[in-house]
Parts: sequence; C-alpha cells; structure tokens
Amino acid sequence: MKITFNVNGKSHSIDIADENTPLLWIIRDVLNLKGTKFGCGKAACGACTLHINGEAVRSCSYAIKFAQGKTITTLEGLGNTENPHPVQQAWIEEVVPQCGYCQPGFIMATAALLEKVPNPTDEDIDKNIINICRCATYYRMRKAIHRAAELKMEQTSLEAQNT
Amino acid sequence: MVRGGLGTVGVLALGTYVFRNPIRRQMAGFVNTADSPYLGNTDTPIIWFEITKENHVVLHSPKVEMGQGTFTGLAQMAADELEVTMKQITVVHADTASGNIDTFATGGSTSISSLWVPLRELAATMREMLKNEAAQKLNVAVSELSVSEGVFSGGGKTLTYAETVEGVSEWQIPDTPPLKSVKEYKFIGKPIARVDLEDKVYGAPIFGIDADMPDMLHGAVVRSSKIGARFKTADTAKAENMPGVVKIVKENDFVGVVANSLIEAENAKKAIKVEWETDKNWQTADIKAMLEVGKGEPYVIQKEGDPEAFFKDAENTIHSDYWSPIGAHAQLEPNGALAYVDANGATIRMSTQVVSITRDEIAERLGLEKEKVNIVPTFLGGGFGRRLHTPNGMQAAVLSKAVGKPVKCFFTRKEEFQHDTFRPPTHHVLKAVLDDNGMVQAIEHNVSSGDVAFGSVIVPSIAAPILGADLGAWRGGMIQYGAIPNFSAVSWRVKLPFATSWWRSLGLLANTFAIESFMDELAVKSGKNPAEFRLAQIQDDDRGERLKSVIQTAVEKSGFKDVVNNGKAMGLASSTDANTPCAQVVEISLENNEIKVHKVTCVMDPGLVVNPDQVRAQCEGAIIMGISATLFEKMEVVDGELTPTIYGPYQMALMKHAPKEIDVVLLQGADSPGAVGEPPLGPIGAAIANAVFRLTGKRLREMPLQLT
Repeated sequence: MKITFNVNGKSHSIDIADENTPLLWIIRDVLNLKGTKFGCGKAACGACTLHINGEAVRSCSYAIKFAQGKTITTLEGLGNTENPHPVQQAWIEEVVPQCGYCQPGFIMATAALLEKVPNPTDEDIDKNIINICRCATYYRMRKAIHRAAELKMEQTSLEAQNT
Repeated sequence: MVRGGLGTVGVLALGTYVFRNPIRRQMAGFVNTADSPYLGNTDTPIIWFEITKENHVVLHSPKVEMGQGTFTGLAQMAADELEVTMKQITVVHADTASGNIDTFATGGSTSISSLWVPLRELAATMREMLKNEAAQKLNVAVSELSVSEGVFSGGGKTLTYAETVEGVSEWQIPDTPPLKSVKEYKFIGKPIARVDLEDKVYGAPIFGIDADMPDMLHGAVVRSSKIGARFKTADTAKAENMPGVVKIVKENDFVGVVANSLIEAENAKKAIKVEWETDKNWQTADIKAMLEVGKGEPYVIQKEGDPEAFFKDAENTIHSDYWSPIGAHAQLEPNGALAYVDANGATIRMSTQVVSITRDEIAERLGLEKEKVNIVPTFLGGGFGRRLHTPNGMQAAVLSKAVGKPVKCFFTRKEEFQHDTFRPPTHHVLKAVLDDNGMVQAIEHNVSSGDVAFGSVIVPSIAAPILGADLGAWRGGMIQYGAIPNFSAVSWRVKLPFATSWWRSLGLLANTFAIESFMDELAVKSGKNPAEFRLAQIQDDDRGERLKSVIQTAVEKSGFKDVVNNGKAMGLASSTDANTPCAQVVEISLENNEIKVHKVTCVMDPGLVVNPDQVRAQCEGAIIMGISATLFEKMEVVDGELTPTIYGPYQMALMKHAPKEIDVVLLQGADSPGAVGEPPLGPIGAAIANAVFRLTGKRLREMPLQLT
C-alpha cells in the first residue's frame, strides 16, 4: 500500500505492507525522526504525541493507513535552537526536563492546547495535559505552560503589529 | 566475645548468637552513616578529559545521566578547577573502551558526593599538567603562567589548551595541587541550567532506544507473563515463516526472534509457542501472608537500652501495623539495547545504570575477553533503580551474534510491568510505651520486606551471610530519635517469588511512612504538638542537630499548625537518609473524598550544594513521585501474574495531582555535598497520612492511602 503524507513541511510517500503499522514506527524507524518517543504502545502515556492536522495525537495507536493526505508535525518540526517554539522557549527558561524522555510528548500536547486555549487556567492544564512523567516534573511544567502562553501571546501581538 | 572451649556446644551457640548480632548491628550502623566512595580510576586525568581542536573540554563521565542532573554538577566541578567556562565543557558518557569505568553503578544518590573530591583533583591535576607543557612550549617559567578560560598567559604570550596538547603524546602526571576554596568557585554553588537542556527540548536522539546503525535488524525476546516461569521448550515452526523474519534464535534459557522491522519481530514473537514451567499460581493474598512480621528471618539492626522489658506491660504498649504494596518503576523508556557483535568483538549501546557489570555479563556469555566488549552508555529515559541490572544487553548481543548484524530490541510495556525488579511490599509492626510525661520510653520498629540489595548484581553475594539484614530493605528503618532511652529496629527478610530490588530511595519510602506515622500517633496520644514531640526526642550530636534544624525550619516556613483550618490540614514528617536530613510539611484538603495535596514545604540539608536549581528539581520530582506512591501506585498478583500491565490501570500521579506550591529550602550543615536524589522521598508519605488524620480523624496505615 502506498501512503502519501506531509511531515514537518516535507512530503513523504511510502510503500508499506502492513497498513496497520503504527504511525510512530514510520516516523521513528522509516523517517528517522527520533524526537517522538515510544512509551507504552497503547496511547496510555503520551510519550508519542505529535500533531496531525493541528490536533495532538498519540501516534503509537494511529495506524499509518489513516495518515494518507495528512499534515503531521513532530517535535523536530515545532522549532529549533535558532527558532524555538514558545513552548520550547518556556521549557528552557523553566529548566523543566530531568531524564527528558517524556518531554517531547508534553511539549507537543502543550503546543496543541495553546492553539485552542491561548491562555489556559490551571484547570485547563489539569484537564488537557494528561501525559505521564515519571521524574514528575509537573511542577515546573505547569509554570512553563503559563510562561509559554505569555510568550505566544507576545509573539502573536508582535506579528499583528507587523502586518 | 565467645566464651567456652570447643565441645561446649551450648555455650558456643549462645556465644555465637550474642557475638554476631552486635557485630551485625555495628555494621548496620556503619552502613547507615558511611559515605559511599567512588569505585573507579581517580588518578589518570587523560582518560577523563579530552581537549578538542576548538579548545573545548570533553568530560567522559563514568556516571550515567538519568535525569538527576549529574552531568551538570560534574561539569561545574570540573570547570572550576580546569579554568574553563561552562560553554567550554561538554559531558559525554564514558564507554568502557575508554577505560574510564565505574566498577559499581550509578545509584544511591552518590554520583556528585562520591566524585566531589576525586573529580576536582583530576581536573586540577589536568590543569597543572597542561600548564607544565605550556610553560615548555612558551619557554616561560610555570610560575609566570596564569590561566583563564582555557588559555595560558605569561611573558607576553598566550597558548590555548588545544595548542598546548598539539603534538604531545606522552604526559607526565604531576602531583595533585591544592584545590580551590569556596570563595574561588565560579560555577560550583550556582543555579546553572542543565547541560542537556537543549537536547531534551529539541528532541535529539540521545536515548538507548534512539540508537540506530546501518543494516540494523530488530529483535524480540519471548517472556512469560507468569511469576517464576522457567523456560523449557519453544515451538517456532509458525514464526519461522512469518513475513520479515530473519532468524529464530533458540538458547538454553530464552528464545528470541530477529526480523526486518520491529512490528515483524513482535508479530513473529507472538507466534512462538513456549512451554514454561511454573510452581504455583500466586495471588496477592499469598504474598501478604508471607510478608507478615514474624514469618521471615529476623535481624536486629539497631538496639539501645532494653525496649523488650517495657513491652511486657501489654496494657500500656501502643501497637500499630503498617503496610506498603508492590511498586513498579514505570520509567518511560523501556529497557532495551542495540548490539553489534562481529569477529572483532561486541559494541552495545544502551541505557543502563550498571555499565561495567553489563560488560562483564556480555563478555562471559559470548566467551569474549572483557576488553573486546564495549558498552556505550546512552542517556537514560528514567532510571530509578530499574536499570541496576540490565541482562537485556546480553540478550541483544546473543541475537546480533546469531545473525551477524546489529540488532536492536527492547521490552514491551507489558513486559516492563511484569518483569520489573519491583519495590518490595512491606509490613511494619511498631510498638511503644510512653512515660508519665508523655514522652517515648521505649519504641521498636519491625520491618518485613522482600529483598532489595541481596541478590542484586551490584552487591557481592557475600554481603547476605555477613550482614544478615538487607541494607536496602531497612534503609530509613532505624529509629532516628536517639534521645529515647530504649529503642530497637528489626529487619525481617522474606524471599518473594518475583524479583524485587532497588526503587528510588529503597526502603526509605515505606519505612519512613510507618515510623513517622507512628510518631504522629504517639504525639496525639501524649497530647503534644507533633513538631515539639519530635524535637524533644532527637539527640544532641551533629546528626541530631541537623535533623532538628530541618524540622524547625520546616515548621517556621510552612507555618505548621496542628489544627484544621478552612477544610485544610497540615502534616509533618522527617527522615535522615544517607546523612541527608529532610523534613516536609504538607497541606491537604479533601475534594470529592479524594486527598488533594495543595502545598509541600520541603527543608533539606544535603551539605554543600553544587547546583541549587537541580537540587530543587530533585526535591520537586521526588515529592510528586512520593505523592504518586502514597496515593495511587500498587501492583497486584492475580492468578500467577503481576498486574496491571499498563499506565492508567497502574495509577500514577498526573499533572492534576501535583501540588500548586512546592517550597524547597536548602540548609547547609556540612561542607561537602551529600545525597540529594533519594532523601526527599522519605517524609512525604507519612506527612500526607498525618495530615489526613488531622483532617478526618482516620489513621490510614496502608499505602496507597484510601479513605473509603
């Protein structure tokens, strides 16, 4: 089966025998983007969270066949050192990661939340950010999410002034 | 002392009993307060530091980075003595081929403390070694050279470290120079951002599971879901013909499959029919029955005065039972390895806390000399003790050898939950007698636990017969109130049918939960303020004074009150782990009959702090991990299987359970660094249980704490 989709602004066409292969393994092992992590394989921990058409999705439980024609963003496509996404910038300011393994999933889930709720309350965060971090960096994550919202709103208002 | 001659068997037997126990108690006391030394090379700077052409220093760390911030602390320590900036130093994992091998492990909250002196001495020696060479190259006297940011200056000339090492192949290692004083530190003691921050925020492929090689295949090992299952035979006929399968590998002790992709390997694995041998279909009730204090082997680990004499007065003896469940590590990155074995030897990239032991294990299995096996440690997606034995490296190596290509394999999440080396369940019996003033006259703590240290690859097998009591199981299990006239602690060893081992802070979590809850019960009985009750019964030596300071400061900073206010109540507990005292005050309320932790004040005295921001991060994480264990986590044994096998059913703290306020206060009661990563896990369980009692009048004595 041939499946065509866009990842981080680049179009990919792959031939795959098993159309039920989870998207996660295509991203990691075929496209070699290791920023998206495997945690449980059952959409229970959120380590594999990425964006499909702007929505946060747990890619370990998303069959590749559904990716046809979709636009996918992984952590690598969210930002980089030269041009960090506000969530990444906030994560750095608050020094959030410890082991760091679950952080990509949290960053992606947060980035998707801010698109829908630009200035989330603590309650919004509790309801929407439901990934698992074993180092339990939640305390700093909450601060970083509020900071990311600030940074993103500043960025948005700057962009508005410039246009 | 042993009295009586040979042949007086009765006397000898008694003598042996009387003799051995005090010795063991002395050893237990020693283990309880001893600092752990670093077990590796500490005198050859050139295997620790590499100077690059760009005038950067690469520090090859024999300790692994699993989130605890060790790489950052080590970089700060080295940079100060090496006279380079933080930007000029990079920390990488030393592979075993580099020769910089820690023959012990990364664990026990010892990485910074055990390297505090050796690493700075190595860095200072390296600096002097470079200086001697620079003096020759510049033709300037050593005494005329100064150094800053990796550049020597003297006699109007300059030379970088990179220029200094150019063309030099043999080095004369000078004597260790004096180390800098606290006033001279530029980086030690500063809240410097983690050195691995950007890699972790931008998704660099730094973990074991991210390792790849050209021509790499994927492996999978069949594991039984039953406790105690022994591999007998495997029917692999169906799996051999499945798509993508390269080879089925049958060993005496396991069967594995190698395939082109991970999914193909997993599919073929499911098609292999293995016959397992099991003895019994274990249930939770069996485990609980085995665990009761009085069933296992007892070892007195601490004794002062004669507490037994007071407990004869049964009527006035206060008695409580506490329980803690089987705990899973549940680290997010599953165990795995990428192995490549060819005619020259073996290279294994993996997340492990036991680099040298894994190397030795693989060398033995493959029949190779140790030097032919190179373990390349990666960043760990969580350690917490889960990777203090990693035989999965050996399994990957066996699969790779069978196909002659690199093979990567790792655990499924179900396998992680069922083949964990669990935190052992515990049962505690506490007894006490109060005097007429309401102070404790006698107290005893009995802890019954599965093994933690014994049977572990990092503890010599000789330790069990010598020590008797499992030093991991009783961690935190001694009575810390030295002013009580009569006290004792007894560790009961129980052999459980599944693997139990190191879980961040070992016995500290459960032992402190039991002892500090019981101290709260006694304070209530005596009608005293729980803080004052504790403070009055701590001895006046250095250890006692440091403990008193953290309790007093926690009371002041939190405004600790022994009353319910606006539906909220506070709870206090404290512990001293590996010489680091820690006191915590929690503030809780009930929301829909669920315990909600609003604020935690954590006062800890780890001695000199190398990086205050990372020490705070460790406290914050340990507190929330402790809340998770106290309120939610529990493995069950059902029909011979450990369950649950997935996050969610194995309930853990999420964002919504994290306190909105965590106030960490660091005291410095010693001039060198002590343990940080584990001590703050001690008080949290009891602090919550004590607050719950204040709020509801219910004394919850079993973790996870449940109100209904």
